Amino acid sequence: MKKIICLALALAMVLTLSLSACAKGLSGTVSTNGSTSMEKVVGILSEQFMEDNSDVTVTYDATGSGTGIEAVANGTCDIGLASRGLKDVETEKGLVATTVALDGIAIIVNAECPVEDLTVEQIADIFTGKVTSWEDFGGKGDIACIGREAGSGTRDGFESITGTKDTCVLAQELTSTGAVIAAVKSSPNAIGYASLSAVEGQEGIRVLTVNGVACTEETVLDGSYVVQRPFNLVTVEGKELSQAAKAFFDYMLSAEASELIVKAGAVPVAEVEEAAAEEATAEAK
Amino acid sequence: MNVLFFLCGIVTVGFVLCICIYLIVSGVPAIGKIGLGNFFLGKIWKPTATTVEPSYGILPFVLTSLCGTAGAVLLGVPIGLLTAVFLAKVAPPKTANLIRTAVQLLAGIPSVVYGLVGMIVLVPAIQRFFALSSGATMLAAIVVLAIMILPSIINVSETALRAVPKDYEDASLALGATELETYFRVTVPAAKSGIATSIVLGVGRAIGEAMAIIMVSGNVPNMPKLLGPVRFMTTAIASEMSYAPVGSLQREALFSIGLVLFLFIMMINVFLNVVIKKERR
Amino acid sequence: MTFEKKRKLWNRAVRVGVYTASMLTAALLVGLIGYILYRGLPNLSWQLVSTQTSYIRDTIGILPNLVNTVYIILVAMAIALPLGVGAAIYLTEYSKNRHLTRLIEFAAETLTGIPSILFGLVGMLLFVQRMGLGAGILAGGLTLVMMILPTIVRTTQESLKTVPQAYREGALALGAGKWRMIRTVVLPSAVDGIVTGCILAIGRITGESAALLFTAGFGLKLNNFVKALHSSSATLTVALYVYASEQGKIDVAFAIALILLALTLVINLGANYAGKKLRRN
Repeated sequence: MKKIICLALALAMVLTLSLSACAKGLSGTVSTNGSTSMEKVVGILSEQFMEDNSDVTVTYDATGSGTGIEAVANGTCDIGLASRGLKDVETEKGLVATTVALDGIAIIVNAECPVEDLTVEQIADIFTGKVTSWEDFGGKGDIACIGREAGSGTRDGFESITGTKDTCVLAQELTSTGAVIAAVKSSPNAIGYASLSAVEGQEGIRVLTVNGVACTEETVLDGSYVVQRPFNLVTVEGKELSQAAKAFFDYMLSAEASELIVKAGAVPVAEVEEAAAEEATAEAK
Repeated sequence: MNVLFFLCGIVTVGFVLCICIYLIVSGVPAIGKIGLGNFFLGKIWKPTATTVEPSYGILPFVLTSLCGTAGAVLLGVPIGLLTAVFLAKVAPPKTANLIRTAVQLLAGIPSVVYGLVGMIVLVPAIQRFFALSSGATMLAAIVVLAIMILPSIINVSETALRAVPKDYEDASLALGATELETYFRVTVPAAKSGIATSIVLGVGRAIGEAMAIIMVSGNVPNMPKLLGPVRFMTTAIASEMSYAPVGSLQREALFSIGLVLFLFIMMINVFLNVVIKKERR
Repeated sequence: MTFEKKRKLWNRAVRVGVYTASMLTAALLVGLIGYILYRGLPNLSWQLVSTQTSYIRDTIGILPNLVNTVYIILVAMAIALPLGVGAAIYLTEYSKNRHLTRLIEFAAETLTGIPSILFGLVGMLLFVQRMGLGAGILAGGLTLVMMILPTIVRTTQESLKTVPQAYREGALALGAGKWRMIRTVVLPSAVDGIVTGCILAIGRITGESAALLFTAGFGLKLNNFVKALHSSSATLTVALYVYASEQGKIDVAFAIALILLALTLVINLGANYAGKKLRRN
């Protein structure tokens, strides 16, 4: 009897060992939740990841940076997406942000608007309602400010850089970057702010230069375009991610993903580090 | 077998109870926390303000819903009633059938489609016509709502008009009135309760509409302004629900708005059942 | 002005009013359909309806949304049909308590008046959060059941009432039990009305959006049936809203609007046809 039990146990062990060796493929669901500006970036990365790992499903809920951070904090998603840095309140909760890319916030006007350049102060004046007419800038008509809802990372980034927190007077408050673009497209007097990655390739709008600097990946990279913010992956410190989630997390930060991030219109953090390294070596010389 | 079907029947009642209970249970806490007066009479809705105290006043939403519905009814009822008279009395049968089919089709179009066309056609048109900075206004919402309640008004009014006994009309014609005079001075008043029902149905539809107007009304929590962006009770819930954090006061306040909306609908229902149907007797 | 003159003026004005209102209504429909055709047709392509959206290839496809719409119709009808027919059978064949009948009918009437956004709210609280189903086709379908139940109950009830009492008495006289009588004699005769009710319910489901935003979700990925039950899956209407409002892809939105319009038309005609067949019997 004992011999049979020992044999059976040994067989079982061998089987499980060999099965786990076979189980090279990842499987499971990775849930991401948060920023609407990161839609293209997360979309393209998750699509490629899912093509490479056919048993993994990556889901993305576009709810806005604030909600994404909440979701990862209370465990309803694996990876939170925030298009801004974490606040003290949030880091105190044990949340950790890993920057995956930098994104410019493009200031957009309708294609019919004659204005091409504004300074940060002018933008602040427009959005707080101090200046209400395009005539001050050589155009005509009243200015319609299109902004984002209160939990938006884009709004947070825009308001902190222009110094207009809680003081914006908006004609419309929309819930996603795409919506702002659509609204500016259809209204000749509108001005709005939207993620650079979403703005590229859109017709009917013009991207303004800020302080004379155009909004492109290069100027975001070297910091000369000031209205920018990080795309962050938010996780809980010390909490283990599932195998699939960890793999996706690492994939997003890898060099292979950089090309796709560029295609999506953002500046991958790998490039940022490269540029910083180049600067360091240039200074060292 | 009897029991099985009885259970099926009870499920309907169960659903209604469920809805009532859930709305009350999730809506009341926030009203308690915010304070009845602050909630209903507060004019400022800024639930995520960080530099000042957040405020949760829903007066803008309630007034906007009321004004918007009133506007839609003012615009839609005359057109609807006149069309109903046309269909019921004036039109030759073939034309009537054609227009009736048109009305039925209008009724079946999904509300997002109305919203889309409104966003692309109506909003820019209002902007150009009134020289505004943005056409996403209460006016746009009123027009869209009016178009959406037209079919309900036309259908029910037409049925009511048809139900008026022919003797009334014959008597009026015999006394020398023209046809149109008969229709408007005799038939319409006789069909009063049916027409009132159609208006109440229209009101119910307009006050509960969300998707069509979220795309055309601007979505800013202002006090009602005809040519300015506004937020209705329904659009307030729809636009903030997806990003209000679970468990926050903001989210609970949204449920409370749902409760308020539900109470309005119940009042309209009671009004319909008690006042109008009583008059029929 | 003399009385005669005033009277002539009134008659002429009213005549103009009646004709204008009706022409306006017809023109609205023609304009709406025409505009959607004009904007939607050029964007309708095989690629659009047979693939899903890909960021890598930078293409848009609405196959997942078409599939999701079909899934949710299946789920909602599979639950609502037996429930609704069962409730109607109880009301017409079994119920002996008049108060209970009135209660159930009143509940059904109340359900019809509740706006879809409130269904979405309660659906989210009950099915998505409380019952832990997560946003998906299952939660969305259950929410829709609450909305379409009254329609199915009402149409089935009316169609059961048209079955002649003689049929029932004949079957009972031949010794059939009550359930057997209903199953073999009454239901088959009432099938036309039930089918009409189903078609109307499917029409309502296809056009519904506000109730599905938070219960079925916004997801645009293609899933098989079992997976879709628990994953965020956008139906056609929600996809229209997302593409138009959140992504600014207006052309795609119009193509979806065109498909929705075509579906609505087909369903409306289907219901009409079924209804006529019922009335002829």
